[in-house]
Formats: sequence, C-alpha cells, structure tokens
Amino acid sequence: MEQYLIYNTLSYPVISAVMAIPLVGALITLFLKGDGLLKSWGFFVTVITAVVSLPLYTQFDPTTAKYQFAEVYHWFPALHLQFSMGVDGISVLLVLLTTFIMPLCILCSWNYIKVRLKEFIFVVLLMETAMLGVFVSLNTFLFYIFWEAMLVPMYLLIAVWGGPRKDYASIKFFIYTLAGSVFLLVAIIAMFIKTGTFFIPELMAYHYSYQYQIWIFLAFALAFAIKVPMFPLHTWLPAAHVEAPTPGSVILASILLKMGGYGFLRFCLPMAPAATVTLMPYLLALAIMSIIFGGYLALGQSDIKKLIAYSSVGHMGFVTLGIFLLNTQGIKGSILQMVNHGITTGALFICIGMIYERTHSREIKDNSALGMVMPIYVTFLGIFTLSAFAFPGTNSFVGELLVLIGAFSKYKLVGALAIPGAVLAAAYMLRLFQKMVWADSDGHGHHDEHGDGSGHHVLSDLNAREIGTLLFLAVFVFWIGLHPAPLLKIMDVSVTHLVDQVHTGAQHLPPMEHHEHHAWLMQVGSLMKKLVVF
Amino acid sequence: MHLSLFLPELVLILMVVVLFFASLGNVKAGSLQGITLVLAALATLAAVVTFNQQGLMFYEAYRVDVYSQIFKIIITGSLFLVVFLGPGLSGIERQIKPEYYLFMTISSMGLVFLSSAVELLTILLSLEISSYALYVIIPLRRQDGFRIQMEAGIKYVLFGAFSTGITLFGISYIFGLTHSTYLTDLAKVIPGLLTSQPLAIIGMVMMMCGFFYKLAMFPMHFWTPDIYQGAANETTTFIATVPKVGAVALLIRLVFLVGLDVSQFTWVLAAFAVMSMTVGNLSALVQNDLKRLLAYSSIAHAGYVMVGILSVGELGTSSAIYYILGYVIMNLACFYAIYNLAPEGGNVTFADLKGLHRRSPLLAFTLSAGAFGMAGIPPTVGFTGKFIVFTAAIQKGLYALVILGVINAAISAFYYLKIVRAAYSQEEEQQQQGKVLLGIPAKLLGVALILAILLIGIFPQSFMDLAKQAVAVL
Repeated sequence: MEQYLIYNTLSYPVISAVMAIPLVGALITLFLKGDGLLKSWGFFVTVITAVVSLPLYTQFDPTTAKYQFAEVYHWFPALHLQFSMGVDGISVLLVLLTTFIMPLCILCSWNYIKVRLKEFIFVVLLMETAMLGVFVSLNTFLFYIFWEAMLVPMYLLIAVWGGPRKDYASIKFFIYTLAGSVFLLVAIIAMFIKTGTFFIPELMAYHYSYQYQIWIFLAFALAFAIKVPMFPLHTWLPAAHVEAPTPGSVILASILLKMGGYGFLRFCLPMAPAATVTLMPYLLALAIMSIIFGGYLALGQSDIKKLIAYSSVGHMGFVTLGIFLLNTQGIKGSILQMVNHGITTGALFICIGMIYERTHSREIKDNSALGMVMPIYVTFLGIFTLSAFAFPGTNSFVGELLVLIGAFSKYKLVGALAIPGAVLAAAYMLRLFQKMVWADSDGHGHHDEHGDGSGHHVLSDLNAREIGTLLFLAVFVFWIGLHPAPLLKIMDVSVTHLVDQVHTGAQHLPPMEHHEHHAWLMQVGSLMKKLVVF
Repeated sequence: MHLSLFLPELVLILMVVVLFFASLGNVKAGSLQGITLVLAALATLAAVVTFNQQGLMFYEAYRVDVYSQIFKIIITGSLFLVVFLGPGLSGIERQIKPEYYLFMTISSMGLVFLSSAVELLTILLSLEISSYALYVIIPLRRQDGFRIQMEAGIKYVLFGAFSTGITLFGISYIFGLTHSTYLTDLAKVIPGLLTSQPLAIIGMVMMMCGFFYKLAMFPMHFWTPDIYQGAANETTTFIATVPKVGAVALLIRLVFLVGLDVSQFTWVLAAFAVMSMTVGNLSALVQNDLKRLLAYSSIAHAGYVMVGILSVGELGTSSAIYYILGYVIMNLACFYAIYNLAPEGGNVTFADLKGLHRRSPLLAFTLSAGAFGMAGIPPTVGFTGKFIVFTAAIQKGLYALVILGVINAAISAFYYLKIVRAAYSQEEEQQQQGKVLLGIPAKLLGVALILAILLIGIFPQSFMDLAKQAVAVL
C-alpha cells in the first residue's frame, strides 16, 4: 500500500478534520436556537472547514502522482474494508472547490431560506461531509457510501425548500441518480470479487481482461454520465435546478456535477483503459452532442434558471470531451474547466437567486432593464457572463482553450465540431445579458408605471453581504483567467501519470479484437457522428 | 439432557402459563404489559446466556447450538420490542388483552422451537404451533367496521392451511425418497438425489413452501397485503417481524441440505427471489395505505433475503442472517411510527403523515430512517445488508440475480421516498391534527431504533462475526 500513498505529515490529520468539522457542526446545529445564530453558525463552520483545508493547497507536493495527506484506518476486516483517504492532483482542486463554495452557499441562503432554518443548516453541513468524502475516498466502497449518502441531503434540499414542482424534481433527481449508481455498486462488488480489494490504487494496477473492462466501463460510465449529466441522460438536471433553492442549485452546479467528471477520471480511465480507448469515439460523440444540444436548448429558454441549467449541460460536455481525448491538454483542460464551471455557474445561480429575492420571478421578461437600477449587480452579472462564454482573460477561456487544443491535436473533426458550442454559449449568454441589462421595457406594462424609464425603482442594489459573495468568486474568475499556472502545475504530474496509465493499459489488448467484435458499435458511433454533423 | 440447554424455551413456557392465569383474572392493562415485558426480557436474557451451549435433545430432533441461539435471541428480542412498541395494545379490546399477549407468546415459542428443530416432523409441529396462535390473534381488532379483520383472519387461516398442506406433501416425497426425517441423514443423500431425481427438487421446493408462506415470499405471498391491512397495528408489527426470522432460520437449514454448489435447485430459488422482489416492489409503488405498502415491501425484502440464503456459504448465509436482523429493526422503526400515529388503532395512510415532522419530529425521523434503510441508502443497516448479500451472490457467480436485485432496489427507492416526502411535506396549515405525544419509553425506543439502524450499518463487523460463528456449526 505504501507505494501508492504519502501519509499525512501535517500536525493534524487534515482530511479527517475537513470531513469531521461539518459533520460535528451539523450535530451541534441540532441544539442551537434562533435564526441569526444558526446562520452565523453555519457560516462559521463552513469557513473553518475552508481554512482547515488550505494546507491541502499550500503543502501539496506537485512533483508526485501519489495520493497525499493519506490516512488509513481499519473498519470492516471481514471484507478487507479500510477507511482510506487521500488526495492527488486530480482531486485536490475539487476538494478545495467544495470547501470554498460551501460558505457562499450559506451566504446566498441568508434571506432566501425562511422556513426550517435549523434543518437547512443541518442538511447543508451533512452534504458537505458527504461531498468531500466522495473526492477523498481511496476505497471504492467508501466512495460508494458517500456517493449515495449525498443523495439524501440533496433530495431533502430540493424536496423541502424547493419551488412549486419540487416533488417531481426531487424524485426525478433521486431515481435517476440511484438508477445509475446501483450499477456502480455491481461493478464495485464484481471488481472486489475479482481482485480481493476495494483499494483504488490496487484496482488500477490490476490487469482485467478486455471483455471484463467493457462491462465495468459501461457500469461506471452509466452512473457518471447521469451525474455529469451527459446527453441523453440530462433531463433530471433542468428540473432539479429550476426547483432547487439557490444554495441547492449552487451545490448541484458547482460540486455535484463535478463528481461525474471526477468518476470518469478516477474509475473509467485507469481501471478500464482498453475499454476506454475502444469506447472513446462514442463518448466523444455524446460529449459533442451535449455541448451542441445544451447550448441550443439554452438559446430558447425564457426562464433564467433553466437557461443556466441547460448551459451547464453544454459546459459539462466540454469537460467530458476533454476527459475522453485522453491526452494531457484535454484532461488538464477538463479538470480546470470543472473548477471554472463550479465558480462561474455557481456565481450565476447566486446572481439569479439575488434577483429572484427582489422580483420573485425567474422569467427574463420580468427581470429586464436592470442596468439603471442595479449597477453593481449588472457589473457582476457581466463578469460572470463573460466567463460563461469563455471570454479571454476569464477562467473558462483557459480551460476551454486547453480542451480545444487537445481536441485539435488529436482529432481535427472533434475540435471543429466543438467550436459551434462555444459560439452558442456566447449567443445565449449575451442574449440573456442584453435583455436583463438593457432591454427596452416598453412592451411590459407593469414595468413602466412610474414613467422613470426603468420601472424597477423599488429594487435595491446589492448589499455588502451579496457584494462580498460575488466579489470572492469574481476574484477567482480573473485570477485563474490571468494566472492559471499554479493550478495547472498541481495537476500536471497526476494527469501525466493518468494518461500513461491509460496508454500502457490499452496496449495490453489484442489490436484486432476491438475492431471485429464491436463492429456494430462502430457503426452506431459513426451514425451518431453523422447525426451531429447533420 | 441438560435442562439448561432448554432455558429460553422454559422461560417462554413460564410466560405462557403466567399469561394464561392473567387471562383468568382481572389484571390492569399497564401492569399486564409490564409483566409481559419483564418475561420477554427474561427470555431474551436466557437466550443470550445459553448462547455458547451445544447439545442434542428429544431423540436428537432438537438441536441447540450457536446457530439456533442467535435466532432465538433475535426472535425473543423482537418479541420484547413488539410488546414495548407503545402504550399497551391500543388496537385490542380491553378484556382480551391477556389472551392477545398469550397467543403472541405461544407463536414466538413455536418459532423458537423452529430455530432448533432438526427433524421434519418437529419442524412441522413447531411451524403449526406458531401458525395456530397467529390464526387466533389476527381477527382480534377493536374497530367498528367488523369486516376487514375477519376477512384477514379467514384468509390467513385458508392460505396457512393450504401452504402447510403443500409442505406436508413435500415432506412425504422427501421421506419416500430418503426414508428418514432427520436433517443430518437427509444432508448425506439429498445432494446426490437432486441430480438424479427430479422428484427431489419438487419435494424440496414444496417442503419449503410453508416457510415461503411465513416469509411472505413468492409464490406464497398472496395473503400478505390483506392481512397486514386487516390486522390490528400491533398484530401486523408482529407478523412483519418475528415469524420471518423463524422462517429464515429454517430456510437456511433446508438450503444447506443441498450443499454448496450452484445447482438447478439454486436457480429455482433464484427465480422465486427475483419474482418476489419484482412483484413486491412494483405493487408497492401504487399503495396508499402504509401497512399495505409495507406488506409489499416485505415481499420484496423476502426476495433479497433469499438471495443471501441461496448463496450458500460462510458469507452468503451469514449475510442472510445479518439482512433479516436489519429487516426486523427497520420494520420495527416503521411500525413504531405507524403504531404511535394511530392511538385509536386505525390504519395510517399517506394523508395522515402530512406535516408529521412538525407534530412529532422524532416519529418523522424514525420513520424516515426506517424508509431510507429499506431503500438501501448508506450508511444504514439496509444498505450494508444488501451490499453483503450481493457480494456473496457475485462470489457465487449469480450476476443476473444481482443485477435484477439492484434494479429492484432502485425501483423501491421511489415508494420509500414517498413516505419520507409525506412525513416532511409542508402542508401543515390545513392539517392541524395537533401534536403526537410520546411517553419517555416510546421516545427512548425511537432513538434506540434510529441508532441501531445507523450503528449496525456502519459497524457490521461484530454481528457478522457472530453470524459466521453460527454458520460454522451448520
């Protein structure tokens, strides 16, 4: 086990601490009273978690692909189960993303959540522990436990604090995800029977037969494709996003969707490399369809939240595209893009939540012409809009550029097919921005009843808390946009190692096999490509 | 023969005698429940004390070992919890409460006998002792509408008699083929007979039907929804938990006769298991009465337990024992909520759950813990149980069974979530039904059930060790 791990050498067990603080905080919440105290407590706990997680960044050793800050505890010896946790260059950024987004989730729910605040804080804190658990688990069983455990608080977030169609949306979210993850469970058990271990690095090192790889790849990919979500399994996402409360949407967009991408990188690629290489064309085709389809649907939405939800489908398409290019630029781009999407889309959902608190509508037409009355708000909205369609100088530009470089260096066609997606993103985001800031409000009677040209004279601009929330994210938009080198350096060795794993692993398959046995799959793939072109 | 081997049974017999005399006199309801509780606790204690005893009794027809004792602990412990559930028997007429406890105890006693019985006629007699007592208590329900519990009672008798008949018929086949009724003798010849004699498979399956009936497993599951719905809440709680433990104890013994290999017989049982899960889960989706829903859910769970039972071996069999323990705890959690929600002893529907989180947060939470557990969401005992069961099945190479099982688990999440959603829904304005008041003991029980669901799920090791010890002596 030692060859895969670097045990934690900090003065405290950093990963356990990061996971335990929200959990203990959640339990203490049950004994607190008073809305103000509860909110402050939630904020305090999440901030402490973020601070405690900082050494993961500062003390991270970017020269190794081993799992760092590792901790291993015995748990269930009958099945060789261990509580093993650690981070590498792929997961560390996602862990940090989680710990830093969570305080903002509490902040953006400050006035939004009015009922059952105690339960809300409790559920959000539990959610944080479960999400962090997914990213730090080095054990498939542990991974699965957190993966599933996360469902319950998220379900409650939508079902209890959601919008009018919350029942439908929450059940759809739950069933979709559960249906995917039960196959994940089968794959995990099957691999355990085969190898006798749940330990992820050992599972990666094992050589599975080609046929076996295909099956476990499909089982894993189904679960992760639902979570990402990839076309055509994305239908739960708009429903869940629209009905979820603002903090729920932010958690969903910023962190939950990343688990799909992370799963691909942690399970599919290294454990089933030969299958990955064989099935890559289909996943690339699906990724491109997600990009185009998500962007196209976003173009036609009148509900702002739905628009951003569909745009997420498109953005996450870039992430899966980068992953399955199987080269370092593509994968680095997609990891960076996951972080970027977490920042930008999270920020956009917070923006929507802020305007919804003021106008109680998510329709574009009810929120138009805000430029005059809410200058600070539209400034921030502008920044995140630019970031959402990958304007140079913003964070998404770097990520998308890397993915496209990876695409063009591997398959020019794939790169060319992804470009319209980027154009679509500009189209729907600028349309949204234009309408919300400048649109003439003449057509809408109730807007102009005071004759001052805006109709929104009652709307107050952002207060200090809201400015702080958005400013924090805006800083990251530009920081990553202008100076992405530190983040890229962190993931560099791990990604190179992963790409090596895939390519050496894929060499083990007989060269003829995958062309003959999967001729029908190839045909389906080329048909799908044609459809995309069409 | 040492009497100490027979200690739990003796305590139960004493309990029967005490309750019989109580039924002759006029005992207050509160003290009656107290007496029953103390005696049930004593029986559990006796089972724990005799945990490491070993020996054969009654012309080698009755075997006491770790395996039988672990089931006796679960059975007597469940009996204790069922009696503990709430303020004594709100669904039963006051003057027949002693009789009610009496027959409940007799039924448990039959099941305790069953877990030690290793001879076919002893098995049948134990099964009948437990069934006859149940025939009596199912129609005992205090309600104005006289029909529903009578219907349930009649159905239970008819289906019960029918399945006992089939079991007897199966036993006659097996006896005809092997000329013995002792399981130790059968174990030597049955594996050979199964490959050469189709009659042996038919005989074995028919013999098991009586236990399928007790476990509410396909194809003997038809009685379940009506009886669950018609019987009083406390009766349903009992039927849903205790007899199933006894049935599992015996099914494991019978399946062990067949040997460790995957055979035709395994596939017959696998088909039953899949049908059981599918029928149970699909029917449960549309139920509105909570007890009826739990009836279908129990049919589905019978399927999961069967997956563990037919994955014969150390892990498979001990996983079945673990699963049934988890099943009992989760069901008790759900029925605890139902029982306390209906102080008048009526049935509970989804509409009655509305705003429960406000009326009684503890009940809502216990019910949700039970529902999430049965849906198999980590870190509950339901998840760990399913996980170990499926691991054992994959080890046996039963991939198809596992895949159908997990698909079923995903389907079942829908109706379990419906329960949670109803309990936590916000329409409290029109539903001013007032708070549900719980006594201190009831509160303690709720907390204990929640903790059990979580802790046994997170730390399965200690119980699995016991279960493995038990399997080792089979």
